[in-house]
Amino acid sequence: MISVGARAATGRRRQRRRSPKPIQVQFRTIVSPHQLNSRWGRRIYWLVLVAVIVLFTLAFVFPLYWMITGAMKTPEEIAQMPPTLTPEAPSLDAFFEAWDLFDIGTLLANTAYYALGAWLFSMAVDVTAAYALSKLRPMFGNVVLGAMLATLMIPPMVILIPLYVTIVDLGLLNNPWGLWFPAAANGFNIFLLKRFFDSIPRELIEAAQIDGAGPLRVLWSVVLPVSRPILGVVSIFTIVTAFKDFVLPLLVMTDSEKMTVSVGLSQTAGAVTQNQVMGGLFIASIPMIIVFFIFQRHIMAGLTAGSIKG
Amino acid sequence: MGILRRNLTAYGFLCAALFCFTVFAWYPMVREFVLSFQKTDLINPPTWVGLDNFKAAVADPAFGEAWLNTVEFTLLALLCGYAVPFVVALVLNELRHARAYLRFVVYLPVMLPPIVAVLLFRWFYDPGPGLFNQVLDFFHLPPLAWLDSSSTALISLVLVSTWMNMGSATLIYLAALQNIPPELYEAAELDGAGILKRIRHVTIPQTRLILLLMLMLQIVATMQVFIEPYMLTGGGPENATVSVAYLMYQFAFSQMNYGQAGALGMMLMFALLLFAAFQLRTTREDRA
Repeated sequence: MISVGARAATGRRRQRRRSPKPIQVQFRTIVSPHQLNSRWGRRIYWLVLVAVIVLFTLAFVFPLYWMITGAMKTPEEIAQMPPTLTPEAPSLDAFFEAWDLFDIGTLLANTAYYALGAWLFSMAVDVTAAYALSKLRPMFGNVVLGAMLATLMIPPMVILIPLYVTIVDLGLLNNPWGLWFPAAANGFNIFLLKRFFDSIPRELIEAAQIDGAGPLRVLWSVVLPVSRPILGVVSIFTIVTAFKDFVLPLLVMTDSEKMTVSVGLSQTAGAVTQNQVMGGLFIASIPMIIVFFIFQRHIMAGLTAGSIKG
Repeated sequence: MGILRRNLTAYGFLCAALFCFTVFAWYPMVREFVLSFQKTDLINPPTWVGLDNFKAAVADPAFGEAWLNTVEFTLLALLCGYAVPFVVALVLNELRHARAYLRFVVYLPVMLPPIVAVLLFRWFYDPGPGLFNQVLDFFHLPPLAWLDSSSTALISLVLVSTWMNMGSATLIYLAALQNIPPELYEAAELDGAGILKRIRHVTIPQTRLILLLMLMLQIVATMQVFIEPYMLTGGGPENATVSVAYLMYQFAFSQMNYGQAGALGMMLMFALLLFAAFQLRTTREDRA
């Protein structure tokens, strides 16, 4: 009897220790909820989870940590072998030195100016074009759309040289329009916008027309207000792309007064100490990291907007 | 509204876009074709030289190497940049915790300007105090020359490229995985399919379209690799990392030979179109 009772007690204890707190299953995936919540399933799950978190942190966060702490080290400490995991005497001097040496204030202001200009101009151009193709439906509209989409098949690198030659011919070197015009010729933006405009019910537009609204008024008061989601996605991606762009600004904006932050960093990086380079890189990353924090949801939604159903 | 009037308004709305596309997208394609048969330095008037540019481009000592490197880079990048994000997405989709964190972290490098990733990794690759050799040293492994040796330089570039680009592919796959109807997995499970079989017979067929699309996009993207060799190796050591795009840049801006660069650009465009046509055909056969 005693032995039976003891066994029952240990059984209960074992039960209590592994009190099944099931892993929440909101959606069904490859591994079935049943398998996941089995004894081994749960052990493997937690093991994989921890491994993935550690691995991702090492792979994607640690390099950034190394960049920031690298900037806080002295030039001697940063070249030290083996390296120190945390700076011995953290100092923010390298950030200020980098700011002056790279002239990052000017570079960032230039880049912001080009990115905002590219955004405003390509929104104006692409929205009106997509509206015309979707709602006004002119003759040869499909031919025009086809020709615009065809440019997506030609990778930008391939036409870089003739594009540069064209920009030189037009005298647009060191002129922001040399970046803004090519940015507006974006077939993907037009495709996304047109597809969204196509889904706006015709009744909505006809109602406005009966009230006497002309095409421009319809675009401004009916189409644009209901298209906010797609306008947000296209805006963010246009700005981020313009901010990250390297090759075209490298060729077009050659004056050191007019360079973008990427090009400026690439030109001066060889002439300063390693901790100053890291300080410069960190400052250059801040704007996009802030954008990512604020618009994370839109960016992730936008990533799939074009690809899934397209 | 009359037909004429409607067309006039429509083209009025379209004219800005037509201007941008004509001058900065369509005309450069034509210009490339013209350029490849001309000799021009953009200062003196161009002269027609027939096929000389193509001959000169092919005769360049780095020509063969550039194509080989580009193909090799593309294949390696496919292995890392295509297979890895899919596997990562498969694993992420199974996890029930820390999903927002993991998605945020994997996409973070994509947001950084490429120059940041490239310069950061240039420091990591430093054979002396660079992070990678120090980590190897910590585990008592022999150091590598990374960018300085022709045997490891190319794979080092692929590594940077994967690090800074894999986030978007991962998230696109993740979204595709979440669109798979759960009933399919349940049915497969009832039929006794194990986890690997479920991946093979449910997951992959259900995401096939997006997999094919991403394959094409990735190949086209990696075929034009430029910033990595430009910033990290300058094409060296011994031309081990010269890509076609980088060679094109060199023809144009080191040798001031825009015609020869145009000729090489034509070849790259032709190669990519050939590939796209091939891809389109296999996709169509697949669907039939």
